[in-house]
Amino acid sequence: MEILYILIPLGLLVLGVAIWGFLWAVRTGQFDDMEGPAHRILMDDDDIRIPSRNPEKKSEK
Amino acid sequence: MTGNEEQDCFHCGLPVPKNSAYFVEINNKAQSMCCPGCEAVAKAIVDGGLTSFYEHRTEISPTARAALPDVLDQLTLYDKPELQKTFVSVDDKNIKQASLILEGIVCAACVWLNERHISALKGVVEFRVNYSTHRARVRWDDSQIKLSDILQAISAIGYLAHPFDSGRQEAVYKKERSAALKRLAVAGLGAVQVMMLAVALYAGDYSGMDAGLENFMRWVSMFIATPVVFYSAKSFFSSAWRDLKAHQLGMDVPVSLAIGLAYAASSWATVYQSGQVYFDSVTMFTFFLLAGRFLEMGARQKAGQAAEELVKLLPAMATRVTSQGDETVTVSELSCGDKVRVKPGDSIPADGVIIEGRSSINESLLTGESHPLGKTINEKVIGGTVNIESPLLIEVQKVGEDTVLASIQRLLDRAQVEKPSIAKMADRVAAYFVAFLLVLVSAVAAWWWQHDPDQAFWIAISLLVVTCPCALSLATPAAMTAATGSLTRLGVLTTRGHALETLANVTHIVFDKTGTLTKGQLALESTCLVSDLSEQQSLNIAAALELGSEHPVAKVFFQNASIKNSFTAKEIQAIPGQGVSGLIGDVRYRLGCAAYVADVFDADKINLNKTQHATEIFLANDEELLAVFFLSDQLREQALESVQALKKLGKKVWLVSGDNEAAVVHVAGQLDILNTRHSMKPEDKLEVIHELQQQGAVVAMIGDGVNDAPVLAAAQVSIAMGGGTQLAQASADMVLLSEHLPHLVDAVKMAKRSINIVRQNLGWALAYNLLALPLASMGYIAPWMAAIGMSASSLVVVLNALRLNKSVDI
Repeated sequence: MEILYILIPLGLLVLGVAIWGFLWAVRTGQFDDMEGPAHRILMDDDDIRIPSRNPEKKSEK
Repeated sequence: MTGNEEQDCFHCGLPVPKNSAYFVEINNKAQSMCCPGCEAVAKAIVDGGLTSFYEHRTEISPTARAALPDVLDQLTLYDKPELQKTFVSVDDKNIKQASLILEGIVCAACVWLNERHISALKGVVEFRVNYSTHRARVRWDDSQIKLSDILQAISAIGYLAHPFDSGRQEAVYKKERSAALKRLAVAGLGAVQVMMLAVALYAGDYSGMDAGLENFMRWVSMFIATPVVFYSAKSFFSSAWRDLKAHQLGMDVPVSLAIGLAYAASSWATVYQSGQVYFDSVTMFTFFLLAGRFLEMGARQKAGQAAEELVKLLPAMATRVTSQGDETVTVSELSCGDKVRVKPGDSIPADGVIIEGRSSINESLLTGESHPLGKTINEKVIGGTVNIESPLLIEVQKVGEDTVLASIQRLLDRAQVEKPSIAKMADRVAAYFVAFLLVLVSAVAAWWWQHDPDQAFWIAISLLVVTCPCALSLATPAAMTAATGSLTRLGVLTTRGHALETLANVTHIVFDKTGTLTKGQLALESTCLVSDLSEQQSLNIAAALELGSEHPVAKVFFQNASIKNSFTAKEIQAIPGQGVSGLIGDVRYRLGCAAYVADVFDADKINLNKTQHATEIFLANDEELLAVFFLSDQLREQALESVQALKKLGKKVWLVSGDNEAAVVHVAGQLDILNTRHSMKPEDKLEVIHELQQQGAVVAMIGDGVNDAPVLAAAQVSIAMGGGTQLAQASADMVLLSEHLPHLVDAVKMAKRSINIVRQNLGWALAYNLLALPLASMGYIAPWMAAIGMSASSLVVVLNALRLNKSVDI
């Protein structure tokens, strides 16, 4: 059980990293908009890129 | 009036009028549109290569308003440096930044559309829309693009953007939110760790544990719990201290006592290696409480923001005439004696008197009267009303606090103060409960001190924790927040906490007419053809004559005329309050009221099937009368169904309007409303509401317009239509942003359902407390059990409330 004397402080270290990560996320505004990004990822611009490859044809026929 | 074939506008979902000729090709398929506004918007979207908006959107877009050139001109005012001072911050040399409020965002696809469309503009550095708050932040290079161009581009795709002073309140909200999130994170992560160690410690109690290891774990627990208590729980301590200083007893007093005492005792036990430690209970308790507070804060801020949006819009502009020429100033800069020029379509900036010009003024804002009134030199005009026909020069007589508008606002404030506050009562009850609790805990602790001094302290702590009125105090807000959230998704905004609670108990629903049950704008009801001209031909002639006019009547003809109007009129002359005339080919046509065409109008010859509620507009040439158009204010879609649904729910529906008898009776007849009052001034409406209330009715008032504002405030619960005047929205308890009457029915149903949930929650919380109290007093509950019991009961309450979050197919 002596291993716990190392493992628990290690756990504390991980806890510290987790708290730091969370505080960083709050500071950089990751929590400002809790709804938008969830939808935004679904609306990628795949079909928009197609016309940009050959700019003379705007709408795909 | 409605089309026979049920076809809905592809853009906004409204029925397409049967003679509509508005189409846009979307994904190789011609889609019909209801109006030129929607057509223009859909076309802009397609041309921008953003068609996938239509595939991704989950809500129907709001009807696009055809952007008038004048409105677009006004946007250029926002480019003026003296105005930009108030809301633009300069980042770099040319890079500027501003916050915008976006109107018309209904689903996530709208956000995508706006971001794609605006970011693609040359000179826009960044454009981000916050979906939760419907606000956008734009950064642009002023040397490449003007702010007005950005605003125009937004209106081209059917949204409205207003710059606003994001100011201090916004920053305060953000700070509050970040601080709460940080506290929550520290408490949550800490609680998890301490609980893990606690499991080991409890297991060790049973199966035996190495004393050194146990001591080590206690120290580690204390190490983790310390920041949780001193950082995360700090807000409880400071708020409890504030309560005590004000000689009050809030919820935070027992909470602080429990956390503080348990932590102190556990630390003492750790240092002196005796007794029990309950760091797990301390951290868990802190975390659950913070989580509840955080959810509550989110709902509060959202409501605050919505209300603020309506008040925070930038002040309107006015054109001041000085000896050096005209200058544009903000309304707040005006003073008495200034001369201001008011263009047609603009609102009058302050109370004053006309010194030049004659025009008709729409005072529906103040009087509810839907038809414009003619005004000329030396007549008084009221700030906030809209000039319709021709330019006016006005001498300002009253500004600021002295204006009619301001006095209505004061009336409103007073009416709001009179409102009984249910929240305050709940606070008072909580205070008594807490006082009772503290006395009880002291008594129990004293008894145990006599009989078993070792146990006394922990039993007292358990009792404090287990009876914490958390579930009790969460019961109502949790349900209300969830219900508010799902209503907001429907486009029904709740701006006051008590609104849903009261709406559930409403017995009478009082509607205003104009703009509420009706759309508040004229539309063609029918045409009486007198000559051999076809209906379309006469409409086209009328539209040609009205070209360039801002009068509401003109818009009706524009909407109904063919797109390719073959008629063009020359020498157009308008006589305010009468009509217009012009040459088409070599025939002089006249369009106007009966008096204007009196020479050819023979009432005996033409038997008009007179519908009294409608406005008649006559079209004539020099020899004969050609056609009569009947214009009236149209009912909103599904108004009848909504009224019937409300009646089915057992509500009494009233119609109280400032309009004349004929118009009110006509609408009431169509909607099958039996209780009507007409020609009501705001004071009369107030009287009606008070009368109903004296008979014991709980009244919900649905209206718009500033004239309704005091009435809205007097009713127990008030609902404003989203398109209504800003002031009415700001004072209303709920806002029907969607302007879709069936959503009102949903709101009533939702209110009932949430009240049921609140009752269940209160019942559960009371039962739990009554059960836990004696058990804890008798010492059967250890602090960790108390913390779990308290949390579990709160969790049940919250989960029950979250059932309201499901869609509103009630």
